[in-house]
Amino acid sequence: MSDSSATLAIDVTGLSKHYGGRAVVDNVDLQVGTGRICGFLGPNGSGKTTSIRMLCGLLTPDSGSGTCLGLDIITEAPAIKRQVGYMTQKFGLYDDLSIRENLDFIARLFEMPNRKQAVDAALEQLGLATRQKQLAGSLSGGWKQRLALAACMIHQPRLLLLDEPTAGVDPKARRDFWDQIHRLADEGMTVLVSTHYMDEAERCHELVYIAYGKVLAKGTAAQIVAQAGATDLEDAFVRLVGRVQDNFT
Amino acid sequence: MSRFSLARMWAVFIKEFQQMMRDRLTFAMAVGIPVLQLILFGYAINTDPKGLPTAIVSTDSGPLSRSIVAALQNTGYFRVDHTGTSEAEGDALIENGKAQFLIVIPPDFSRSVVRGERPALLVSVDATDPSASGNAIAALNAVAGQALRQDLQGPLRSLQTAPAPYEVRIHRRYNPEGLSRYNIVPGLIGTILTMTMVMLTGLAMTRERERGTMENLLATPVRPSEVMVGKILPYVVMGYIQLAVILLAAFALFQVPMEGSMPLLMAMIGVFIIANLAVGFTFSTVARNQLQAMQMTFFFFLPSMLLSGFMFPFRAMPEWAQRVGEVLPLTHFLRIVRGILLKGNAAPQLLGELWPMLAFMTVVSVVALKRYRQTLD
Repeated sequence: MSDSSATLAIDVTGLSKHYGGRAVVDNVDLQVGTGRICGFLGPNGSGKTTSIRMLCGLLTPDSGSGTCLGLDIITEAPAIKRQVGYMTQKFGLYDDLSIRENLDFIARLFEMPNRKQAVDAALEQLGLATRQKQLAGSLSGGWKQRLALAACMIHQPRLLLLDEPTAGVDPKARRDFWDQIHRLADEGMTVLVSTHYMDEAERCHELVYIAYGKVLAKGTAAQIVAQAGATDLEDAFVRLVGRVQDNFT
Repeated sequence: MSRFSLARMWAVFIKEFQQMMRDRLTFAMAVGIPVLQLILFGYAINTDPKGLPTAIVSTDSGPLSRSIVAALQNTGYFRVDHTGTSEAEGDALIENGKAQFLIVIPPDFSRSVVRGERPALLVSVDATDPSASGNAIAALNAVAGQALRQDLQGPLRSLQTAPAPYEVRIHRRYNPEGLSRYNIVPGLIGTILTMTMVMLTGLAMTRERERGTMENLLATPVRPSEVMVGKILPYVVMGYIQLAVILLAAFALFQVPMEGSMPLLMAMIGVFIIANLAVGFTFSTVARNQLQAMQMTFFFFLPSMLLSGFMFPFRAMPEWAQRVGEVLPLTHFLRIVRGILLKGNAAPQLLGELWPMLAFMTVVSVVALKRYRQTLD
């Protein structure tokens, strides 16, 4: 978007999903360039999780189309799954397996050729090597989050979809997490990350703000602030939502 | 690319096996339930089945043998399906379970009776399930004295003596002492496997959904068939462990005989276990949580237990119940396991019971795979 020469890792238009007659995601367009970190913001229930699930083939959109890593999100979902790392909002690994067993399982599912090295490397990189035999269920929130991130990156995906990865994580761990995200982006990884934290939003290359299933604003943090005529991001979002509410009433 | 991947199936297998081994309570229950049930199910329920399939082998052309057959039919316990002259043919009918009784009327029976020679009427009974034939045998003895009353008139009146003018020799095959535990213990193999296998797989899949690990699993390239096979296989291992426990108890505590071939039994049980696991997997694709999966297990388990011939003799059940029973894998498995353990049946005699189990297994597996969704829609 901002760099026209970059190819788009995510390029979807008109995505919609209805549940019980209500549009949870309503005509959403989303473009993210390769190697960019895109922040996905919006109040609870605004359709962030549903949008992310449609991008990685976990949900079929009612309408709309597009590509993820150049692959069609509707017809080529299995191929997308191989190249995308998806971190669920809720811890999605097995509490009754050890850290190593969990990583091993995921690596096997992706049919990694050098599984042992890949698991060792992931454990090392995350600083979990000494605790590899510990059951995942006994880890604290911060460690679980690190493990989940390690698991969704073990197959070296080209695109990371992270659904509120830092919810319930202490500030130090959050900062470490974001440092790592930036390192990955520098290596060419594309990241779409949903969050509620404004300080995290400011560390993204670009932002998409969604509420009531609709995209209300997109661009860099500065562009959004300017568009809304606000003083800072938080103020901008409050104003944006306020305008939509006015339209509804 | 969308082919079945052994590696991914193996991944699911390993993971499932690790979880199974870590869940000590479930494992202990899977081994403990068989022992407990074996000890609790001491007594069989006696019922009164009628219209039992009977084969008559008769080389006597006289009127008296016809009177006896008619008298037997009149008791209501015997339903003559087959009348012939070859004893080998009659034996085969008993062996493959088509007939419960084989009545052999010796040549020149009528004449021997008239001469006062007290010829023997040879009755062979398939006594694998003693409760199914007990009352019929009692009726048989009662009939003996009265069957010929009308025929023996005039000069033959003297033959209407207190002991019948002929002898009834009863030969209880396969379970000569009429021990109900010979029937119950092999049957328990089937019921215990049905309950634990359906329940454990039912829980294995719903657990993924309940704990929120399903979304993660769906986000990987793993295919439904790989998940299904990988999840089912560890429980096949578990099923064989249960079988070993039950058989050991059956032989050691209850002295149940083993007339047939052990490898054949192992192979047949494999099909039965997989059929039940497929049922459990199907339930788990429907149930929203583990509680529902449990409820569905019992919904399947009860008819299996009541209509398969485990609780009540199959032939004592009304027609419609027998039809339902024929669909259930347990019904056929019971015949197979009793056939192998007590009758020494070989593979060809059991084919008729094997294919309904295979058909059931195939249909249920297809339903399971169709129900398993690769998306969260």
